[in-house]
Amino acid sequence: MSPMLHSILAFVQTWWVELLCAVLIVLVVPLIAVYIVLVERKAMADMRARLGPMRVGPHGLLQPIADALKLLFKEDLIPDNADQFIFWLAPVLSMTAALTSMGAVAIGPWFQVARDINIGLLFVVGVGALGPFGIVLGGWASNNHYSIIGALRSTAQLISYETTAGFALVSGFLLAGTLNVRAIVETQRTDQAWYVFLAPVGFFTYLIAWIAETNRAPFDLPEAESELVAGYMTEYSGFRWSLYFLAEYANMIVVASVGTTLFLGGWLRPFPNVRWLAGLDAAPTLLLAAVGAYCVFRAGKQPARAQSMFMWAVAFGCFVVAAIFTLALPFSHLPLERMHDGLYGAFWFLLKVSAYIYIFMWLRFTLPRFRFDQLMRLGWHILIPLALVNVVDVGIALALSSEFGINRWVAMVITTAATLGAAMLLLHWNDKYAAAASAALLTDSSIAEDTHAG
Amino acid sequence: MLDSVIFYFFAGIAVVSAVLMITRRNAIHSAIFLITTLLATAGIFLQLRAEFLFISQIILYVGGIMVLFIFAIMLVRLDVPLPQIRSRTQKWIALLVALAVGLEAGVVIWLARKVPGQGLLIPNAAPADKLAPNTEELAKTLFGTYLLPFEIASVLLLVAMVGAVVMAKKRTDA
Repeated sequence: MSPMLHSILAFVQTWWVELLCAVLIVLVVPLIAVYIVLVERKAMADMRARLGPMRVGPHGLLQPIADALKLLFKEDLIPDNADQFIFWLAPVLSMTAALTSMGAVAIGPWFQVARDINIGLLFVVGVGALGPFGIVLGGWASNNHYSIIGALRSTAQLISYETTAGFALVSGFLLAGTLNVRAIVETQRTDQAWYVFLAPVGFFTYLIAWIAETNRAPFDLPEAESELVAGYMTEYSGFRWSLYFLAEYANMIVVASVGTTLFLGGWLRPFPNVRWLAGLDAAPTLLLAAVGAYCVFRAGKQPARAQSMFMWAVAFGCFVVAAIFTLALPFSHLPLERMHDGLYGAFWFLLKVSAYIYIFMWLRFTLPRFRFDQLMRLGWHILIPLALVNVVDVGIALALSSEFGINRWVAMVITTAATLGAAMLLLHWNDKYAAAASAALLTDSSIAEDTHAG
Repeated sequence: MLDSVIFYFFAGIAVVSAVLMITRRNAIHSAIFLITTLLATAGIFLQLRAEFLFISQIILYVGGIMVLFIFAIMLVRLDVPLPQIRSRTQKWIALLVALAVGLEAGVVIWLARKVPGQGLLIPNAAPADKLAPNTEELAKTLFGTYLLPFEIASVLLLVAMVGAVVMAKKRTDA
């Protein structure tokens, strides 16, 4: 055996778990992303009293696969005047950044590619911050006015909300005292509280700022279809377009994972230290069994034979996974018992991430899009001062509890009240400012110069 | 051995893309090669087990400053190369300086070839788990040993920022 092959084999032997996790992420995340799109379409349809996709597979369950196939076979157009290299590079950059940053996310205590790296969540956020380059460069390379306006808006928005996003993370890091993903979750277990309860304002600013950073509605100015066709994606089609699309949804997963890890207790089940709530461990089994039973119930009502077969298959899958969860319970005395932590951790983590992503969708369907000056005012006049005050207040609360021995919860309540007071003050000032601005607009007959809109 | 390979890989990328950054005519292409240089430098930080420097390089320079650069480039439309005003002597001064720096680097490498751990081949760094976590070490150094210089630098930056805002602000009374 040649030494080269030998060293490669040794490498694989040492790192096979991590390699397997990485391959799984690259394979599964795009699939999850397209199914998030289906869920989004279904939820949107439900809120608008429609049915949503129903044709492909039972209840449209195969719609994402059909869409993906269609996009793969679509003609790949590159405009003649586009910058060929950057046009090619931009969507790849977005997708690579999104998938790479997934590497340090811990889905349950077991499933993580980059285990125990000291910078932990900073890696996720930092590498994820490379993704917007794809948007900016793609918009520029298209050589199209709509695209470049979308790219400019995206950049301006990114710069405005990055500070808030960073400070929101800082308030969580202050509480955890570490950047390591695993340690952050474990300190939430020992502190006996998810940090969303200790730093509610921090979580709120995190939520808002990262919706803006991922360009989701109501902050989707860079691809505002009513004004910019599709913004930076106007010239993209087929597979390149779907890369942008996947990157957007992969980024949503990343943002939801970071929020879950830092503020929502990661893979801990609700009340991890309360012994008598250990019955919550039955939740995964019950949930999956319920889904399976529903599929069995619906299987007989499907119009076509193939569709009812499909329903039976889904039900069977649910029951199998439910059985695995049951057999992994501590009292089963089976080899599966060793998988208990990993399986149940992954379940709770994914449940929280799903809930977080649902908030993303919910906001998208209920709120209208911001105007650009509103977006800028929200970012600079309200969110950045609020995030700053919040970081200072979290620091004060920590100092109060560690130096002066005041109960942590009391300190937190006092400082959160102070932060909220500051927020009210900011909103009040902002209202006065807005009133003055619109009054000035009314008296000044000339149309105000829109200095923000690029 | 592996450390040397990684170092020369990233160093090569950094140098080549730095050269490309200067020679490209298109400002956006230059910016992309500058990003590549910065990322390769971040890779060298990682090879040195300086994780925190690695990620702050990416967050600050690549994710922050370069986004601003590209924003500015797109606003001022530099993609058509303008006829630059060049001084004739500039080329020769640049050549002289480059030769001097190259000579210095060569001499240093030549002198250090016999010192153990200082040659062309980089010695393997200590494994990461043997080192103190460098985020904490950096914080202790910045906020402990060098607190005063750190604060002075912060105030200086703040003054510069306020100054920039004041200068950029539109004068309504004039």
